[in-house]
Amino acid sequence: MDAVVLQLLNGLDKGGAYALIALGLTLIFGTLGVVNFAHGALFMIGGFCAVTMQKLLTLSKKVKDESVTFFDSYTEVPYLRLWLGDAGERIIDYAVPLSILLAIPVMLLLGVAIERGLIRHFYRRPHADQILVTFGLAIVLQEIVKASFGANPIPTPAPAIVAGSAAVGSWIGLSDVVSYPWWRLVYFLFSLAVIGAVFAFLRFTTFGMVVRAGMRDRETVGLFGIDIERRFTIVFGIAVVVAGLAGAMYTPILSPDYHMGMEFLVLSFVVVVVGGMGSLEGAVAAGFLLGILQSFASMNEVKSLIPGIDQIIIYMVAVAILLVRPRGLMGRTGVMET
Amino acid sequence: MSAFDEDNDRRKVLKAGLALGAGLAAPSLIYTRNAWAANFRNDPTAKKTVMLGFNVPLTGAYADEGADELRAFKLAVKHLNGEGDGGMMKTFKPSKLTGKGILGKKVEYVSGDDQTKADAARASAKRMIEKDGVIMFSGGSSSATAVACQALAQEMGIVFMNGLTHSNDTTMKDRRRYGFRHFFNAYMSGQALAPILKDEFGRDRQAYHLTADYTWGWTQEESIKAATEKLGWKTVKAVRTPLGAGDFSQYLTPVLNSGADILILNHYGKDMVNSLTQAVQFGMRDKQVNGKRFEIVVPLYSRLMVQGAGEAAKGILGTANWHWTLEDEATKVFAKSFGNEYGAPPSQAAHTCYVQALLYANACEMAGTFYPPEVIKALEGFKFDGMGNGPTEYRAGDHQCFKEVLVMRGVQKPSNKFSLLEVVKVVPRSQVEYPVTMGGGELGPYKA
Repeated sequence: MDAVVLQLLNGLDKGGAYALIALGLTLIFGTLGVVNFAHGALFMIGGFCAVTMQKLLTLSKKVKDESVTFFDSYTEVPYLRLWLGDAGERIIDYAVPLSILLAIPVMLLLGVAIERGLIRHFYRRPHADQILVTFGLAIVLQEIVKASFGANPIPTPAPAIVAGSAAVGSWIGLSDVVSYPWWRLVYFLFSLAVIGAVFAFLRFTTFGMVVRAGMRDRETVGLFGIDIERRFTIVFGIAVVVAGLAGAMYTPILSPDYHMGMEFLVLSFVVVVVGGMGSLEGAVAAGFLLGILQSFASMNEVKSLIPGIDQIIIYMVAVAILLVRPRGLMGRTGVMET
Repeated sequence: MSAFDEDNDRRKVLKAGLALGAGLAAPSLIYTRNAWAANFRNDPTAKKTVMLGFNVPLTGAYADEGADELRAFKLAVKHLNGEGDGGMMKTFKPSKLTGKGILGKKVEYVSGDDQTKADAARASAKRMIEKDGVIMFSGGSSSATAVACQALAQEMGIVFMNGLTHSNDTTMKDRRRYGFRHFFNAYMSGQALAPILKDEFGRDRQAYHLTADYTWGWTQEESIKAATEKLGWKTVKAVRTPLGAGDFSQYLTPVLNSGADILILNHYGKDMVNSLTQAVQFGMRDKQVNGKRFEIVVPLYSRLMVQGAGEAAKGILGTANWHWTLEDEATKVFAKSFGNEYGAPPSQAAHTCYVQALLYANACEMAGTFYPPEVIKALEGFKFDGMGNGPTEYRAGDHQCFKEVLVMRGVQKPSNKFSLLEVVKVVPRSQVEYPVTMGGGELGPYKA
């Protein structure tokens, strides 16, 4: 039982990341009809918002380090610590959560700029062209980050208060073996909150209602005199913000490097396809489902039965689901079927 | 002209041609020193410069090490050309290095990114050999790339001085005449670490291995398992993880209820930074299992990794080839030279690459030629000192350097941002030595 609970928790936090990226991908595909291969790179840019926030908060004064005698070495003392003492240290400690404040405007602006400057020229072009241009964009973004921050992962720790692990087992009457990192629990709850916010925005606001209507029948909404393209531009921006937030908050789990988005991109596309192209609910459900399945496939008991299953489970499930339900779990008729 | 005459004339022409050819060749065979000079790939004899290739990982799981390796190579080139403070050229003995390049030719270099991938490493090295005309190439931080590059070196007749490679296979099963390794190996780590593990954690332990799924991980797991099981430890499970997995949580959660009380991370570079950090996030170091404190061991350690892992590495045991805080004169000189150049002390990856560059250059000086078979013979069995590892020997039978091995521990309270590891014990060569026949393998011919 302990093992099952542990793998379930593991699947939930992994699934949270998949669901967030897939949600953004589906939003873009559902509104603009664009297959966005740059979405993984946008997740990575979000991670680097956290790195940038950390760097901003730790802007430092160079002080000669007398303890290094072999050569001239300098240690860096953050100005925040010099000016505010312990309070400054605490602010630095919260760099990752604070990076949300940076990620939202940066990602929104970036999203709008990408849509207006590049993507809109490809609306009427074949999907293959869209894939090529967005993949090219991903490479450009990666190389910019590599040139600016280097190729190596940059540690971005969670605040000390959530750095350890929670005794989840004792909460639910299991043994104390069942403990889980606090930050991963925070990430799972964060992903639920973001998903909830996106759904609430689309369901309970006039803007959201128009966007949903536009997703179903763009032309008819246009006939009402609504500038649906402008709204879709904002939706693109929102999808990019979702990816950015997912990336920023993921950095304490995986130190960001320029390549981190690519690792998620392929899996997220599988999630979108399994969930059903254009279905937001499907993307979220498939994200969590595949995260949990991947986690359970990593159990030693499972791997001893089918070696290597943890590496291929997601693709096996995708094949099985597409054979039974070719439109994915919650896919709509007519999407990508022309 | 009759058929006979035609035949006769052809014979005369052939004879005359042979005589002329022999006549032209004779002076160089008899009178020229290094008569083989014209017969090997990328021979720099007629040039004013000699080109070396530095093939290092600038991307991928071991990119940190690669960047430091390249710094070290650049410093070595500088020192070989008589620039800078000379570094370990001042302490290396017996040395024929002059500070005037190699055999009087100024050293130049090209570099490439091996991407921590065997196929990319091979392609990059091939480009260096065929396009840039390197006479030797060096570098790498993965045993998979090392094995691939050694094979290429043998095929193409260009010496490869391995960078950081720790798999036993490099100088056992996959040893090559044209490949040389200064770095220690997984067997040595096991032999050096086991007695310390017994002293620290006792004989009754249940170990769980997480292992990078390629040649280095496999041989390290095998070596550490053999050494610890000899102590009386039991291996609960050994699980392979893909190189560059990133998120190791799915492999770490099964450890928690496996009954194991020690986690051995056969990971290196970015993988080790991630797996160790995540293991600590899972509360493993705060746990009590089987009535004992849960422990984590990282058999192959480096300062760069500890820097990345931060707090998580404090108190963790492992082994290293060399460390910049050693007290010998050579280490001090090198750490100073490197520190002044780059503002940080060298890593063990940097150290081994710097040493390899100097050793190759010295072998050329000893052989009096760049001709690879002669350079190889000069390196085989070469005994030296003053390179930071105490007395060292390049064993002729497998091209493995034998020297002291360090057991290290993550410092609890570092005195500065570089002093992250402390030397627990300097293990003598005799404790880590093994027969040349161990692991099998054939070096292959001198002439490629």
